[in-house]
Amino acid sequence: MKVALFVPCYVDAFYPEVGIATLELLERLGCEVHYPLDQTCCGQPLANSGCHADARATEALFVRNFAGFDHIVTPSGSCAHHVREHLTAIEQRPEVSAVRMRTFELAEFIHDVLQVREFPWAEFPHRVGLHVGCSTLRGLNAASTSEIAEPPFNKPRALLAAVRGIEFVQPKRPDECCGFGGTFSVFEEPVSARMGQDKVGDHAQAGAQYIVSPDMSCVMHQQGCARRMGLPLKFIHLAQVLNGARA
Amino acid sequence: MSGRQRVDHAAASAAFIAAGDHLEFHDRRLWELRSKRDGEAHGIPEWETLRTLASAIKEHTLTHLADYLEQFERNATANGMVVHWARDAAEHNRIVHELLASHGATTLVKSKSMLTDECDMRAYLEPRGIEIIETDLGERIQQLDGEPPSHIVVPAVHKLRRDVAGVFGRTIGTDPSNHDVPYLAESQRIDTRPYYLKARAGMTGANFAIAETGSFVVCTNEGNADLSANLPPLHIASIGIEKLIPKVEHLGVFVRMLSRSALGSPITQMTSHFRAPRPGTEMHVVLVDNGRSERLGMADFWTSLKCIRCGACMNTCPVYRRSGGLSYGSTYSGPIGIIIDPSMDLKKYSALPYASTLNGSCTRVCPVRIDIHQQIYKWREVIAERHQLPLAKKEAMRLAGQVLARPRLYRAAVEAAAAGIDKLPRFMVYNPFNAWGRQRELPAAPAQTFRQWYLQQRGGSK
Repeated sequence: MKVALFVPCYVDAFYPEVGIATLELLERLGCEVHYPLDQTCCGQPLANSGCHADARATEALFVRNFAGFDHIVTPSGSCAHHVREHLTAIEQRPEVSAVRMRTFELAEFIHDVLQVREFPWAEFPHRVGLHVGCSTLRGLNAASTSEIAEPPFNKPRALLAAVRGIEFVQPKRPDECCGFGGTFSVFEEPVSARMGQDKVGDHAQAGAQYIVSPDMSCVMHQQGCARRMGLPLKFIHLAQVLNGARA
Repeated sequence: MSGRQRVDHAAASAAFIAAGDHLEFHDRRLWELRSKRDGEAHGIPEWETLRTLASAIKEHTLTHLADYLEQFERNATANGMVVHWARDAAEHNRIVHELLASHGATTLVKSKSMLTDECDMRAYLEPRGIEIIETDLGERIQQLDGEPPSHIVVPAVHKLRRDVAGVFGRTIGTDPSNHDVPYLAESQRIDTRPYYLKARAGMTGANFAIAETGSFVVCTNEGNADLSANLPPLHIASIGIEKLIPKVEHLGVFVRMLSRSALGSPITQMTSHFRAPRPGTEMHVVLVDNGRSERLGMADFWTSLKCIRCGACMNTCPVYRRSGGLSYGSTYSGPIGIIIDPSMDLKKYSALPYASTLNGSCTRVCPVRIDIHQQIYKWREVIAERHQLPLAKKEAMRLAGQVLARPRLYRAAVEAAAAGIDKLPRFMVYNPFNAWGRQRELPAAPAQTFRQWYLQQRGGSK
């Protein structure tokens, strides 16, 4: 299976270990992983700001980089969501539709496409608060949410549950948005920061040692809040835990 | 509501957040409503089917609106009501004033109506010698404090009881140090009662207007709407044209959902049906357009007219809960306000669609399945296309578009960021780290970027 790895800009710049864990994990699970070297961004910050005309060239480049692979996998739910649901600034030619359909968030890819449920090398003996970002949660439908009564499911949690020693804590508002929201985090800084503080406070009160997430942009924001607040919370991406990180 | 200056939601929310205990109470109280809503909704196995049905009924009505409006007018007239048509807020206010003047009414007791707030009716009538008494407790608090309502269902939810005690102490003579809720509520009732008896005219809104019967329905919890409607000899009901539903049998769908969505209670205390004037009195209905027909013609936004004003989207919205309704600078705030307001004044409300993280919770609680967060996303596109973005943001996006489309420029920028340069290049949205760093730490700079690691370890693309 030929898989292309899409490493979002902020992961590339600030969290290379998340890209590395994603790459190694996919290889462990038997994928032939390619990393197109001319990749940049999916265009989400532009399109989410309404600037579709400005996003066109970036979206076209994304499609050029990722056309022809069986699957495109990224350790970021909001980027996957953008590509699949909102990469519409450019003409929807067949290769564009193909790239969009074949783009997956990592946990979703492992859960739905590879259908792997066991990670015998993984052990994470910590109390964990799981944060599933809103684009992953409601955009990609990764889990049931509190608004709707339906049989409960949670794809990232189903994967993490196979990790030895992991213990989940239950925050009071598990699917409340953490307030990152892309450019929202800077243009609506007062509310964004407050939401982040409330989110990490909720996890800390529930007894979490780690916040584990398939969404590194939410983590970047929450980590920033927790550090400023002096909370002893630690943060790690789901890919790292599934790939065998112990701490 | 007046003025055309762009509403600065971020600045207004900062002020709200600065008043710490207000924010905590506001967030907790509204989250409690949201949680109670979950309890009620989840207790009804066919809830999701009801949502689909409610949406279908509303979409059908809206796509046959002219017919149903005329049917309503025919049947209401046959029942003995007088139906008036108001193209906009000015016409609405003029019609109401003429009715009051011709009946010699100088005092108007009214129950809650977002529509009359939308029309800024009090500001029109008061200088013309009409004394207006809001009889809903929350609306009365807001009226006495000279503030618009901050929430469409719980208008004074942003106030603590000590704030209310202060307002009542100042205006209706209660003891300002007595914060006891029953005392304050009872004081308001006692203060309001004489106005019911004195007023020659009463006003209500309507939650639903039923075409087949020419009747309308008002759902309330305090009994004040019934007093306002039934004591004075003139009852005026202001009704937005989107309130129509075809038949009585459809009402059950909405009545089951309205209060559950709004307050997490199974039903409102009163569900009052108004069909004909009492003998010797008059009942007038003002059907108001005020931009609704225009919105109905907007391919991307017309379904916002399905809204039944339950406020569930506001209660669930994490941004609304932490910024307060007044920060939106409009009658309609929160997620539903964000998608309605720009259709009334794009420039003034052009910042509102950005007061959202697009988390989608609003869409999931909406009892009539309005795709609220998708419409917020769509409004952003309209705002950018119509050149309503602030210059700095627009310029940042233009530059970002150029850098992100050029791998070499992009890599230079990412490597610079990773190397821990204090400020990211402008492309990462106009020097964002000033705002980022105000209450958050920056991520630590790693030794190398992922791409650098990859080239070193794997030697380029396979």
